[in-house]
Formats: sequence, C-alpha cells, structure tokens
Amino acid sequence: MTPRRPEPQAADRQLSYAAAIREALEEELARDPALLLLGEDIGEPGGVFGVTQGLWQRFGPHRVLDTPISEAAIVGTALGAALAGIPVVVEIMFGDFATLAMDQIVNQAAKLRYMTGGQVNVPLVIRMVTGTAGATAAQHSQSLEAWFTHTPGLKVVTAATPYDAKGLLKAAIRDPDPVLFFEHKLLYTSRGAVPASDYTVSLGSGRVVREGTDVTVLAYLAMVPRALAAAEAVAAEGISVEVWDPRSLVPFDRAGLRRSLARTGRLVIVHEAPRRAGFGAEVAALVAEECFDLLRAPIVRVAGLNAPVPYAPELEDAVLPGEARIVQGIRAVMAAGRP
Amino acid sequence: MVYTPDFLRRLYADMLLIRRFEERAAQLRLAGHIPGFLHPSIGQEAVAVGACAALEPQDYITSTHRGHGHILARGADPGRMYAELFARREGYNRGKGGSLHIASAALGIMGANGIVGGGIPIAVGLALALTVRARLAGTGAPTAGVAVAFFGDGASNQGVFHESLNLAALWRLPVVFICENNLYGEFTPQHRHQPIRDIAGRAVAYAMPGVVADGNDVLDVFRVVGKAVTDARQGRGPTLVECKTYRLRGHYEGDMGHYRPPDEVAAWQARDPVVTFRERLLAEAGFTTADLEEVERAVEARLEAGVRFALQAPRPAADEALEDVYVETHDGSALA
Ligand SMILES: Cc1ncc(C[n+]2csc(CCOP(=O)(O)OP(=O)(O)O)c2C)c(N)n1
Repeated sequence: MTPRRPEPQAADRQLSYAAAIREALEEELARDPALLLLGEDIGEPGGVFGVTQGLWQRFGPHRVLDTPISEAAIVGTALGAALAGIPVVVEIMFGDFATLAMDQIVNQAAKLRYMTGGQVNVPLVIRMVTGTAGATAAQHSQSLEAWFTHTPGLKVVTAATPYDAKGLLKAAIRDPDPVLFFEHKLLYTSRGAVPASDYTVSLGSGRVVREGTDVTVLAYLAMVPRALAAAEAVAAEGISVEVWDPRSLVPFDRAGLRRSLARTGRLVIVHEAPRRAGFGAEVAALVAEECFDLLRAPIVRVAGLNAPVPYAPELEDAVLPGEARIVQGIRAVMAAGRP
Repeated sequence: MVYTPDFLRRLYADMLLIRRFEERAAQLRLAGHIPGFLHPSIGQEAVAVGACAALEPQDYITSTHRGHGHILARGADPGRMYAELFARREGYNRGKGGSLHIASAALGIMGANGIVGGGIPIAVGLALALTVRARLAGTGAPTAGVAVAFFGDGASNQGVFHESLNLAALWRLPVVFICENNLYGEFTPQHRHQPIRDIAGRAVAYAMPGVVADGNDVLDVFRVVGKAVTDARQGRGPTLVECKTYRLRGHYEGDMGHYRPPDEVAAWQARDPVVTFRERLLAEAGFTTADLEEVERAVEARLEAGVRFALQAPRPAADEALEDVYVETHDGSALA
C-alpha cells in the first residue's frame, strides 16, 4: 500500500527536522494538485519557524494560503474544503492556539464522519507546533496531545526525527481522517538522515530507537533524544535501556510496545506534558490491563509537573522532565519489583 | 409575478412539505418515536425554500440546529429524515446524527449543526473547495459552484461568524451567508443579545454587501438570495443576506414560548408565510383552490409514505457504534 523504506542509511542526506517537514509538504503539493496549505504567515514569509519557506514561491498563493489570525475560521475553512474532497494541511503557529479552534477540531472535524454515518471523509492535517523551546512560557509551550487522544475521530502523530517527520507527515496527508501532527519546536534544528526517495511511515507503527534488555523507556517528541541520553548515562551502571517511540499516539502500536516489554519487563513512560491525565496514564493503564504478565516492576512515569510551563529557565527545568529525572526513573524501576 | 406556474407551485409545495413535516414530527415526538431534540422552523419556511430555489445541484449548504427546512428544501427525502429522527439505520446518518446533524453529501447538505455558528466557516471552506475545483478543471470559471451558510441572529454574535466573513471577503469566496433573523436566540429577544437591529449591517465591517430580505416572503428571499448567488458564481465574492422572519413555535418542541408577547406572536401569525403565499397564488397567480388542494394531497401522501417507511426501518445494531469513527474501522479498543 505505502512505499515503506528501510531505516535511513548512512549514505542518505542529512536534513534538519524542519527541512524534512518542508520536503514532505513540497513533495505532496507536487504530487497532488488539489492539496492546499493554510495558516498564519506560512505564505511569502515561510512561517514563523521557517517550515514552509519557498513553498509559496514555488506553488503560488492559491496553494499556500496566508490567513488572517483567525484560528477557528482557519480550521473550519480547511475542514469545509476537506469535506468537499480538497485535502488541506493547516499550520497552527503554536499548538496552544488550537484552543481558539477547539470547536472546529473537536466538535466538527472529529465528529463529521461519524455523525453523518460515514458519508464524508475528512482529509485534514493540522500541524501543531508543540512543547517548549526554552523560556517560551505558559501560553506558548504546552503539550496538549492528550486532549486530542481523548477525542475519538482524531488521529494524533508525534514525530521525533527528520526521517519520521517526513514519512509520518506524508502518511498523514494521504490519510482520509483528520490528523493532528505534533512537531516539537526544539527539534526543528535537529538533523538526521532522510532518504531523497518518496517514502511513508505508517501511522500506528512504533519504533525501537535503541535496543536494550532491562527496561523500556517509552518516549516521544523531544523526549526521545533526552531518553537516549539517559540510556547512555545508565549504560555505565550496567543497565541496558531500550528506547521505544510510538510515533503516533492514535493509532497506537500496542503490539510493538508488548514486544518491547517482552524483552525488558520494565516500563518508564516519559512525556513533557503534565503527568495528571497525560498520555502516560493511558499507556500505564493499557499495559496494566494487557501486559501485566510481562511486568517485573511497577510502571514509572516521568512527566511534566502539574504546573503551567514557567518562564524562568531554572523553573522550567524543574517542571519539565530532563535527563536527570529520566535517569532517576530508570534507576527507580530497576530497584523495584522482581529481579 | 413573472414566475412560471410550475415554479410557484414548487415553492408552495416545498414550504408546505416543511410545515407538515415538522407538525407531524412534533406529534411523532409526543408519541414517543423521537428520542432526541427537535427544533421546529415553523414560520421560517420561506427562507429555506426561497434560498434553496436559487441553488443548483452542485452547490453546498451548511445548516443549523433548526435545519429541517433547509434540508427538505434542498431535496432530501422526508422518509429518510424521519428515519433519522427515529434513530433508525435507514436514516440519512444511520441513526448517529438525529435532527441536529442531518446531512446528505449527495445533495450537498454538509450537515445541520449542534453548535451555534459551527457551520459558518465550513461553508467558507466548501466555497474555497469549489474555487479549487474550477482551477483544476481549467475552464477559466471562477468557481464550480456556491456554498450557502444558514445561521440565526444568535449565531451572528459568535466570533467565528466574524472570522469567517472577514476571511471569505478577503479571498472573495463564492459563499452566501444567510442569517435567519427570527428575533430570538433561544429565549432571548434580539434587543437583549445584540445592540443592532439589522444584522446585515455587520457586512460593512468586511466590505461585503449586506442586504435585507422579507423572510416571510418566499419570492423576496428568492430574489435577494438569487442576486447574491449570481454574484458569488461570477467571482464577485460573498454577500450577507439577512432574512427577517419569526419562528411561530417554541425554541424546541416542548418549549411553550411564554417569554414572547402574545400580540407579537399574533402579528407574525397574520403574516404566516405558507398561508400568505397560498392567498397570493389564488389572488394574483391564477391558481384555483382545486390546484392547491392537489398540491396539498401530494404533500400529505409523501409524508404518510415517509412515516411508514421510517417506522418500519430497522434499528441499528450495537456493533455499529464503532463504525465510521475512522475510515478504516479500528477495533475500538482503548487506543485504537
Ligand atoms: C455554541 C453553542 N452555544 C449555545 C448553544 C445552545 N443553543 C442552541 S440553539 C441556541 C439559540 C441560537 O439562536 P439563533 O442562532 O438565533 O438561532 P435560532 O434558534 O433562533 O434559529 C442556543 C443558545 C449551542 N447549541 N451552541
């Protein structure tokens, strides 16, 4: 169905995460002459994070549409076009501003297929710029993915690497359902191998980012590199960490997580979003229900504190999970439970 | 009148169909056949019928919680609508929508909407899609059709109304915004929910024509909306049309409407759009009572057949609850 490609090779070009996303958009705009992009400042200026740079110049103002600052109308308009068979990718400049468009996302886009008894498709992708980039403070730093995973009808994607970002975004654009595509601002400049070929990464396919045998650390978005650093740090203590990235939260690769737990028997869940009712709570419940037989220790969650994201760097460090807290979480799960 | 007898007969038949459809729905609800909300549009039939008479099959509408009229005027089958109200599988939405959400993609009806104002930007997007389709077809036409957003006076206070008008005017999209000003938002009269009388005046803020139609006169609605639709088709952008009308019943079935002065109700009752149009057809258009009785019998027969169809339609099975959440049906487990 989709041209799957092997994992990136050393010979592949190195691209930034932002460039990988731009390339996905560019290739999809070229592939499908109906596809539109909508968002604030995404046209001639190329977006506040530069992700859409050059697309307006190449495809013109009828394909890459600069909108007024009207989140509800942007999402509603994109949705209307999608209902009429014109796929649209929306950029929400900061995911926090999705609050202004919640009706259109949650009550309209998520529900229309269902409420109409399957009469319509909603080929809509909403790119959500998420998380903190350091001192962006409480209204420009939130990680709101759990809200959307709680709404049936939406798919929720969390890309952590340039390779995944390009492949997942292409899969999201070709998906007939509404997809919220989370991009972490801190990752935009990170680099990685990205094949020049057309490839997709299926939604619902998790990935073993680093193999290990003692503990699985589930991490997504900007927590993936942090979890990798923590894994290296504890390797010296003789703890073998597997880092596992679900890559999409809905659909969620339950079989993949189960396979990882079969190897390790221990689970640490890491996310930037607040701990309370975060996506980690759902994963913990799911594993308790379905993988209890595999667990050698109680599950540990390492998450944002239940506080808004503060501005002062030392406060932000206290609220958001850093490498040190992930290391602590790994040690805690190793110390508890059965050998 | 310069209209053909067939056209006038159709307008009358459509208005009467809406009136009788909703009167029957009210009875059927009392009889226990309808489990959910019902917001009758009785008294507002001329807006739905006059506006939809200006549309072509390829055009789109979005509707409101008070949508039966728009949906019937767009050509929906009353039987499948009743089936939806009865929550049956043969309903337009397979029993998953009810009165608040009836949609028919095939008829360009992109849904009644449970959220006041929710359909307005969706119509803007449908209009955008119609311009994209025209561009892809390469015919040089500005659009492949027109989208109409129906909404009430109350909805015109929503932020998304203003965002949508601004965007549509900026991009000159082929959309017509039709405000049915029935003088109430739920139980609140217009003068207590907005400081203006003419909602059409709000168009000034978006450099868009704002026009008022007599919403109880189907031909006036047809004329005013017709002009707006023609402008939209020719690439001249959106119009805000305000239709002054009145709902003759409560906000929902069961609401007695005690918050309304009886003399106000009586004054509008005297301007009942179905009754006054019938009188006009007899007085000015050469119709005989026998002609109109024939129309009336045909409407009754259609509704009778529709109710029978809906009452016999099967109820959905529990496992259908997980169908159509996504295009590929997932297994419904916790994180599917
Ligand atoms: C966003 C939202 N707020 C409130 C309601 C509850 N509600 C349903 S209908 C209605 C009144 C709407 O008034 P108007 O837009 O004038 O339409 P009308 O009922 O007069 O046809 C309200 C407040 C709702 N459905 N959606």
